[in-house]
Amino acid sequence: MMKKRWLNLGFQLSALVLALGFTTLILLATKTDPWQAYKYIIIGSISSLRKFTDVLVSFVPLLLVSSGLLVTFSAGLWNIGVEGQITLGAIATTWVLRLLQDSSLAPGLIIALAMLAGMLGGALWASLAGALKTYGGVNEIFGGLGLNFVATALTLWLIFGPWKRPGIGSMSGTEPFPNTLWLPMISGFRLSLWGLGLGVFFIILIYFLMKGTYFGLRIKAVGKNLKAAYLLGVPTTRYLMLAFILGGALAGLTGAIQVTAVYHRLIPSISSGYGFLGLLVAMLVNFQAIWVAPIALFFAALNIGSIQLPIVLKLDSTLSGVLQGVLVLFVLLMDGVRQMITRRSGGAS
Amino acid sequence: MTNEAILLGLAGVLTTAAPLIFAVVGETISERGGVINLSINGTVLLTAMGGFAVSVSTGSLLWGFVAGMVIGALVALIVAFGSVTLKQNQVAIGFVLALVCRDLAYFIGNPYMGLEGLRLPSLDIPLLGDIPIIGTLFFNHDLMTYLSYLIIPAAWVWIFRTRPGLVLQGIGEKPAAAFVRGSNVRRLRYLYTVLGGAIIGLSGPIYSLSVKAGWKGTISGLDGLGWIALAITIFGGWNPIRAALGVYLFAFLQWLGLVLQPSLPGVPSQVLQVAPFPLMIMTLLLVNIGNTEWVTRTLAVLPAPLRRFFNRLLRAMRASPPAALGTPFESE
Amino acid sequence: MHLLFIKQMNINLNQICKHFGKLQANDHISLLIPGGTIQGILGENGAGKSTLMKILSGFIQADEGEVILDGVQVRIHSPADAIQHGVGMLHQDPLDFPPMRVIDNFVLGQSGGLFPDWKSVVDEFKQLSEQFDFKLRHDAYVDMLTVGERQQLEILRLLWLGAQVIILDEPTTGISALQKQKLFETLKILAGRGKTVIFVSHKLEDVENLCDRVVVLRQGKLVGEQLKPFNTKNLVNMMFGKSIALEESKSHSTDRIAFELRDLSLEEERIQIQNIDLKIQAGEVIGLAGMEGSGQRPFMQACAGFLRPVHGRILVNGRDMTGMNYPAFKRQGVGYMPASRLEEGMIPGLTLSEHFILAGQQEGLFIDHDQWQEVTREKIRDYNIRGKPESPVESLSGGNQQRALLALLQQPLKLVLLEHPTRGLDIESVIYTWGKLKERCCDGAAIIYTSSDLEEILLYSDRILVFFSGKVSAPLSARGTSVAQLGNLIGGKDWARIKTGVGVTA
Repeated sequence: MMKKRWLNLGFQLSALVLALGFTTLILLATKTDPWQAYKYIIIGSISSLRKFTDVLVSFVPLLLVSSGLLVTFSAGLWNIGVEGQITLGAIATTWVLRLLQDSSLAPGLIIALAMLAGMLGGALWASLAGALKTYGGVNEIFGGLGLNFVATALTLWLIFGPWKRPGIGSMSGTEPFPNTLWLPMISGFRLSLWGLGLGVFFIILIYFLMKGTYFGLRIKAVGKNLKAAYLLGVPTTRYLMLAFILGGALAGLTGAIQVTAVYHRLIPSISSGYGFLGLLVAMLVNFQAIWVAPIALFFAALNIGSIQLPIVLKLDSTLSGVLQGVLVLFVLLMDGVRQMITRRSGGAS
Repeated sequence: MTNEAILLGLAGVLTTAAPLIFAVVGETISERGGVINLSINGTVLLTAMGGFAVSVSTGSLLWGFVAGMVIGALVALIVAFGSVTLKQNQVAIGFVLALVCRDLAYFIGNPYMGLEGLRLPSLDIPLLGDIPIIGTLFFNHDLMTYLSYLIIPAAWVWIFRTRPGLVLQGIGEKPAAAFVRGSNVRRLRYLYTVLGGAIIGLSGPIYSLSVKAGWKGTISGLDGLGWIALAITIFGGWNPIRAALGVYLFAFLQWLGLVLQPSLPGVPSQVLQVAPFPLMIMTLLLVNIGNTEWVTRTLAVLPAPLRRFFNRLLRAMRASPPAALGTPFESE
Repeated sequence: MHLLFIKQMNINLNQICKHFGKLQANDHISLLIPGGTIQGILGENGAGKSTLMKILSGFIQADEGEVILDGVQVRIHSPADAIQHGVGMLHQDPLDFPPMRVIDNFVLGQSGGLFPDWKSVVDEFKQLSEQFDFKLRHDAYVDMLTVGERQQLEILRLLWLGAQVIILDEPTTGISALQKQKLFETLKILAGRGKTVIFVSHKLEDVENLCDRVVVLRQGKLVGEQLKPFNTKNLVNMMFGKSIALEESKSHSTDRIAFELRDLSLEEERIQIQNIDLKIQAGEVIGLAGMEGSGQRPFMQACAGFLRPVHGRILVNGRDMTGMNYPAFKRQGVGYMPASRLEEGMIPGLTLSEHFILAGQQEGLFIDHDQWQEVTREKIRDYNIRGKPESPVESLSGGNQQRALLALLQQPLKLVLLEHPTRGLDIESVIYTWGKLKERCCDGAAIIYTSSDLEEILLYSDRILVFFSGKVSAPLSARGTSVAQLGNLIGGKDWARIKTGVGVTA
């Protein structure tokens, strides 16, 4: 048993080495000094407290969306519509903030209501994909993708139409909200402890939900064998929808955080690609909630670290995306190699 | 709008459809063999960038298209290795590749952004091109558009009428039976996945060297087209002709959106631009809804003639995938 | 053409050994089959028949031993290699391509140019087909054919490719009596033309009717050989090693009506069933006989609430359940056990204990694992399951999975629906399974089950419904029916003499 665990770890480490090797090759091919690139990524992410808090700013949405995706993944769903769910969360949050910003309600209450609306918005958008799947037979990958495009168009329409800035709408988004409607931040930093707290709270919640409850077991059963789960008495349609709604609510909360704690307005690409990145995290942790936080933190560090690459090295910051994607790819491939080896040795004995 | 403008617009639909035709036919071939190549969205971007970069560097259009095919084939090779040899989840491998290829395209393509490049020249076909209306519509295009007409029947004949095509259907339908009949299932799945990838790889250069000439990074407007190609493959029921009709319908609707926009000032442009997506969802809904339990339950209550009518209707629209799509093959 | 050219092939298997893990599937088996004969290979499920034939047809390779065809030792690396050597095999589940046309299936696998010469292929197909008086249309789609017709297609294909030896693995499962007769005629013609036919079966009667010679396998060893005429008693002894007396089945039928169908009509894509009236008493066992695809499946699905009838009523324990779905049926005490255990019945990756949690009642939000472990241990004891609460279900053997499925059915039950409850089980597991089911009958449950084993149907049922392409017989009393009568009905004969649909309460 112990030996097996070390073997797994060995394969995962070799995947990391291969991913670095591949990225290094790409850098060499583009005539960049790889050490410089890696050095700036590390410097850019942890060289100062400020930079580290920036990493945490990126960590919070990634953690939230990945926790939600853990639920949909466990239910056997490829919730590719997660990007749209983040977007709808952001839209709903912006809507409530706009609606209430001139009211006499306490700012704290307004923010809370707006974030709740964000969760509802994400859940609603997810349940659309869910309904298409469960009642329409449309694969969630395609339903979700279509809804992603629609969500993006909706954002653009709002920014350039009904919610445009005084004067003329622009790609820079809607008019920023006043400071009072920002999620409180540590002074001098962009990090909101409220946001971090929410992220930590939800990953712990999901951990216990998936590990110890009837709900979690049923979600897993639905994901592993829908037909058998139904025969055993699990109301499968309901649990599929619940998985979508829970995943969507957390994605919506991610969008709400983007609005209340990061951008303080609605911008065209409000999801910042966190949805797809979250899918990578969820794939990498392979259903184990315990690993979501460390992996999300690592990915967030790569994100922040690569931000200054265009300035210092004239490189596109998508290098972090390449590194993240290639890492997941090699982990998948090495896992396949490991299984093949165990199959072989198992067959021979 | 004048008749002339409409005619030119419709002719333009055929050109803008060409890259998607290649993508959809390539994907259809791959999936017929039992392998879903979900990387297609990234492949389109990476081959668009790669084809453009190579043609700029070599000064040759031909090498640009060759580069596209090679890149498409290499990405497909990873999909094949991951799913056929390592038996990993095809959706997972493909999805990750879709993201990696997209980011790679933006990263490597950074220095090529906005450069002036070559553009595929228009090639009027003599005689045919002079026929009124038909000439303008079909025969005043570039080479790749003509090839896009040809690849549709070619793929159809290959899949449904040739000996190797029957085997291709066989390995996607029931690999064990194909194996018994002497097919090397794994090698063929590699072959067709890579071949399909190479065909998909043509779509990128058609964009960057013709339809949307140039490479503009994230604002190239190519992100998302690969996902659409995947959806149309399903809509096409794994038949190249039906899939091609889907592509033309999609391209037509996009054009219609552009044309109608000035005459509908109340409707924001963004709405018309995404019109094909809800439509895509609707068509997938029509194709699949006949398989759902609640529909069969509801139909059971209807009086017999009405029930038969709906059953026939749903059956006509339904498309069923190759039975072994997405599953690895184990010979004993 | 090939057929006029008579060439006989002698097969000599010498000291064949094959093991899977610890299981010795073939243990030094030696066998000589002269050309032009029909050789039966008889044995129980798991006796090693299929393994031996897979070795001969190149599907798997032997660990030891030699295959000698016409005096030449050969190594057969693959099924395609086997057909090159003139050895073709018909598999139990037809290895063909249902959504493709008959002629496509026929051509697929033949080597040749890019475009098959469709015209001459069709001509040759028709000629070959006429020789055996098969009524196959070359442009029909295979998914519209019966299993028997698919066998015919496969036989033609193998002959066309030049097969001298044809191996048939349990070919009489799932085909009608008529088609069986036709198959046997065909095989006799083939043998008459010098082909070697190897007929693998666990059905004594079929082997006796068809074969010239027979060998018996038991637990991987060749235990005996006989030439025609056969000594039945002797063969049975060889197959089972001892004579097994099957327990006389007792009826637990009571007067209370547990389940009732009133003028029920069902419609599915390919089959329609009309106007069934049926009353089943608590404790009664109803067997559904018929070849696969004759309507048993929609019937079962309607009884469980999966398929909504287009007409008529369904009553469970007197309560009208028409139009309700499976969860409602389940709450009302209807249990359903599917044929494919790991595909539909259980959830690979979850443990036994987790299965019992899923099937059981939720108490609170969090799972009390200790309590469920205890419940699972109890079930494991009650149902004699070899496994632990924390064993993943896929690690259990087939028989143990079956017992676990029985244990998972809720308590109490009004009606149990079982698809092929004993398929693939060894004889002891079969007896155990029925023992447990009869306990349910004692507790007042009615049982409806399907089986392709007619003897099982006659032995364990109180009444029998026969299905033939959507027609359903009135319930027949199991006591007054013979295997032969049942076989005829399944094959579509003698229907004029019985009533259909309109059921009478016994």
